[in-house]
Amino acid sequence: MKLSNKTKVLEQGEMTFAERIYLPAIIGGMGTTLKHFFSKKVTIRYPEEKRYLGPVFRGHHILKRDEEGAERCTACGLCAVACPAEAISMVAEERKKGEEHLYREEKYASVYEINMLRCIFCGLCEEACPKQAIYLQHDKMVPVFEDRSEVIFGKNKLVEKMDNRYLREGWK
Amino acid sequence: MEITSTLFTAKAIYVGVIFAITLGVATYSTYFERVVAAFMQDRVGPDRAGPFGILQPLADAVKMFMKEDFIPSKSSKWLFIAGPCLSMLTALMTSAVVPFGDKLDLGDGLMLDLQGIDVNIGILWVFGIVSLGVYGVLIGGWASNNKFALIGAIRAASQNISYELAMGLSIIAILMLSGSLSTKNIVEVQQGGHWNILYQPLGFVIFIVCAFAECNRTPFDLPECETELIGGYHTEYSSMKLGFYLFSEYINMFISGAVMATLYFGGYDYPGFTFMLEKFGNNVAVLLGVGVLILKAIFFVFVFMWVRWTIPRFRYDQLMSLGWTGLIPLAMFNVILTGGVMLFTVNENGSNWITITASWTGVALMLVVTALYSQVQYKKKKLATA
Repeated sequence: MKLSNKTKVLEQGEMTFAERIYLPAIIGGMGTTLKHFFSKKVTIRYPEEKRYLGPVFRGHHILKRDEEGAERCTACGLCAVACPAEAISMVAEERKKGEEHLYREEKYASVYEINMLRCIFCGLCEEACPKQAIYLQHDKMVPVFEDRSEVIFGKNKLVEKMDNRYLREGWK
Repeated sequence: MEITSTLFTAKAIYVGVIFAITLGVATYSTYFERVVAAFMQDRVGPDRAGPFGILQPLADAVKMFMKEDFIPSKSSKWLFIAGPCLSMLTALMTSAVVPFGDKLDLGDGLMLDLQGIDVNIGILWVFGIVSLGVYGVLIGGWASNNKFALIGAIRAASQNISYELAMGLSIIAILMLSGSLSTKNIVEVQQGGHWNILYQPLGFVIFIVCAFAECNRTPFDLPECETELIGGYHTEYSSMKLGFYLFSEYINMFISGAVMATLYFGGYDYPGFTFMLEKFGNNVAVLLGVGVLILKAIFFVFVFMWVRWTIPRFRYDQLMSLGWTGLIPLAMFNVILTGGVMLFTVNENGSNWITITASWTGVALMLVVTALYSQVQYKKKKLATA
């Protein structure tokens, strides 16, 4: 039984003379490959050359600072709870007097670590954060690590640098 | 005494240089094969080893040497080793008679002939060695004690024998034109732009198709057809023995490119030779000719790769029917056509335009007649079935 009427019976007639001497088809094919030989390549030399992956790409994490340069993170731990891979851990600390320019809230994370071997870059930490403190950058990937001691990223690698602030396209 | 020893040294240097050029071109053919493949598939190709990946052949060689050199226990050990050696030996021997250039002036009236050896049966030497070349494949495949290797070897043998016939017949037309078997004479007849391709369009097509088959290159690479035969004749080979087989294929490509340039594209002849001769002297003009010949050969190597990455493999019965029922009758027709043209234009001294027109008209007429004939046959068959 036919499921649809889209079936086409292909009838292959006898090959014509031009087809039987092969050469016209071969020369046509060689023309096609020569065209591709000079056309723009679709692959890139990856580590040296990188492609823009779009505004929604989830890459290297960043702990944002506010406009005055104070860290937004308040060490509530919601990101760690949201994390399905349990990659995030932190130690909370109370803000001392005179540290107001460093931390926005009274509580802050003195240690904030992400295990990059566990992280699956799902972005749930970003969604869970009530303080807009953690983001996954769309334009930066986590670099390759060659040793297990480099796997856990601390605050030195995660906190935003004031001279190189992270901006997403929608924020501009 | 003094003169002979200088000539001997010069010849030895020449042989060494040709050897180095052949091996160098073959080495880099492996790299260019990959680059050409990549470019035709819109990729960038190997670029990790050195700038633009130009050290890739070195990396490949290191890899080949480092691999385990395995000899199957049930194989015939000495023949197993002899196979790749024979392949390599025959591949390298062919370049002896290819005239890479005209005579080089060494001073004191010494003229160095830029050709390994000018034997008066040069083209037969090429044929003899090429036919010997199949023994490398055959012995290797047979000694492996492996069904697939044996089938691959048998395929290689029957394919090479079939296509040598058509190749030999296409050469006969060249011999009729030049009146000599010596490669040097064949090139000298073509000097000044009288390239054989102008008189032998059909012969060249037959020759290049046969060259593809003789080098076991796609579309005729059935001896190593991996979809049917795993690796074909080199299934059991590993390490540098496999490397020798693959390498000899690239050497064969370069040499057959040089032979094609010699037979059909004027060898070391290039437009503006006399101008260069007057302006810069003999040696510069001759050395430029050597460069031109090597460029022509490399162009043919590119054509080999180009075809490889364009068209799929033939089926074995198609291969055989193309060789026996297609190319051999065509080559015979080509011999008759060449003879006819020579007879027709025997009184037209010096006007080669008539010869050229006659040659091409003959081929065109043949095509038209065959097309009409096949059309008539087709209609007859249709009437019979209707």
